Amino acid sequence: MSTQQPVLQLQNLTRVHGSGATEVHALRGIDLAVYPGELVAVMGPSGSGKSTLLTIAGGLDTPSSGRVIVEDTDITAASVKELAALRRRSIGYVFQDYNLIPALTAAENVALPRELDGTSARKARVEAVAALEEMGLGHLADRFPDEMSGGQQQRVAIARALVGDRRLVLADEPTGALDSETGESVLALLRSRCDAGAAGVLVTHEPRFAAWADRVVFLRDGAIVDQTVRSDADSLLSGQVAEA
Amino acid sequence: MSIRHGLLALLERGPRYGSQLRTEFESRTGATWPLNVGQVYTTLSRLERDGMVAQSGEDAAGHALYTITEDGRTELRTWFEKPVDRTSPARDELAIKLAMAVGAPSVDIRDVIQSQRRHTVKAMQDYTRLKAQALAAVERGGARERDDVAWLLVLEQLIFQTEAEARWLDHCESRLIRLSATAPGAPAGPAAPTVPGASAAAPEAPAVSAAPRAHDTSTTGTPGAR
Repeated sequence: MSTQQPVLQLQNLTRVHGSGATEVHALRGIDLAVYPGELVAVMGPSGSGKSTLLTIAGGLDTPSSGRVIVEDTDITAASVKELAALRRRSIGYVFQDYNLIPALTAAENVALPRELDGTSARKARVEAVAALEEMGLGHLADRFPDEMSGGQQQRVAIARALVGDRRLVLADEPTGALDSETGESVLALLRSRCDAGAAGVLVTHEPRFAAWADRVVFLRDGAIVDQTVRSDADSLLSGQVAEA
Repeated sequence: MSIRHGLLALLERGPRYGSQLRTEFESRTGATWPLNVGQVYTTLSRLERDGMVAQSGEDAAGHALYTITEDGRTELRTWFEKPVDRTSPARDELAIKLAMAVGAPSVDIRDVIQSQRRHTVKAMQDYTRLKAQALAAVERGGARERDDVAWLLVLEQLIFQTEAEARWLDHCESRLIRLSATAPGAPAGPAAPTVPGASAAAPEAPAVSAAPRAHDTSTTGTPGAR
């Protein structure tokens, strides 16, 4: 894993809101690299900076200092136009409230970022249906958002986030509006996309959902204070049991 | 853990020999609570002494077979009917540790909480990966389906338990922060803001445990998949 290039790199990232007496340090020197095939969960109490981290990683907000590198591009140095292109081509974003466009079917929603990026409508549609089918959502292709359950909408949103060549998915409390069973199915899909080579960052305050990640990063007061390291899969499977 | 009743439940499905019982017990529980063959035979001889199992000859390979008796069936039914007692909780080391860390001079309770949280979440990650495998096995179906379902239930119990612990740790931390905010000098260690805006008032406040810790490389007592 470490021989590969990270899909996302955050380097000494800081974000300060306001100035002077009302200054708020939302992020204080964050370093994080996310590799292909890796799902990283970011946990922390509210106000610890989780969502700020994700919006900056996705180019939806700019850092006060530090760098955000997606694939090979420093998005903090990109022009507005370059950034918009990068967001369409490289970064998928999944929000708590699904954010599907109500007037479009699932397939049209998934096809949209490709069409905006210049792919023909026909080709984009074929790709979208293929992406939905690959994720076991083919039966939803012609449904509108209000004809789908929350869990189905969120899975379609994940398909949209990863359609085409995009392999970075940033998910901000994607299970926040779902019951725990449905939340599990959304996480299982996110997990399987990362197993298939995508890189994911998941912000959540639910330990049960964070547990699907390879690595859990703990944020507090804008700084990473701790993280878990994935155990060796082989030792996990060999039936070893720690002596109590 | 009731090995005794576990063995009776397996014997209810037909006569078995000792190492066979051990294997079946572990397939059901994913070796979460490993048994050695000695424990199995000790338990069998006590069950035999109490009239709940009887030896019933040998199989073709010469293994001594045990059969459940009528008394054994009655005992097993009672076990299934009677709830497991939760009113006299077993001693919980973590609860005792945190209780002792409140106001302890040599330790910051938030460090104790965070190091436990890392360990607990790590254990949840391991259980969750095993659960994904168990789910896939159940979906595939097949001859071992009953064992796979049993193992899935055991894993989910471990996940619920660790989840409860992680939530409790979060709760302890935020309660201590609240208490220290209202009572200066309370034993919660440095006060940390709980709301985003609050850090604005004290940007120079020391970041609590800001240094990343060394990675945890210890094992988490994970039961192995089969």
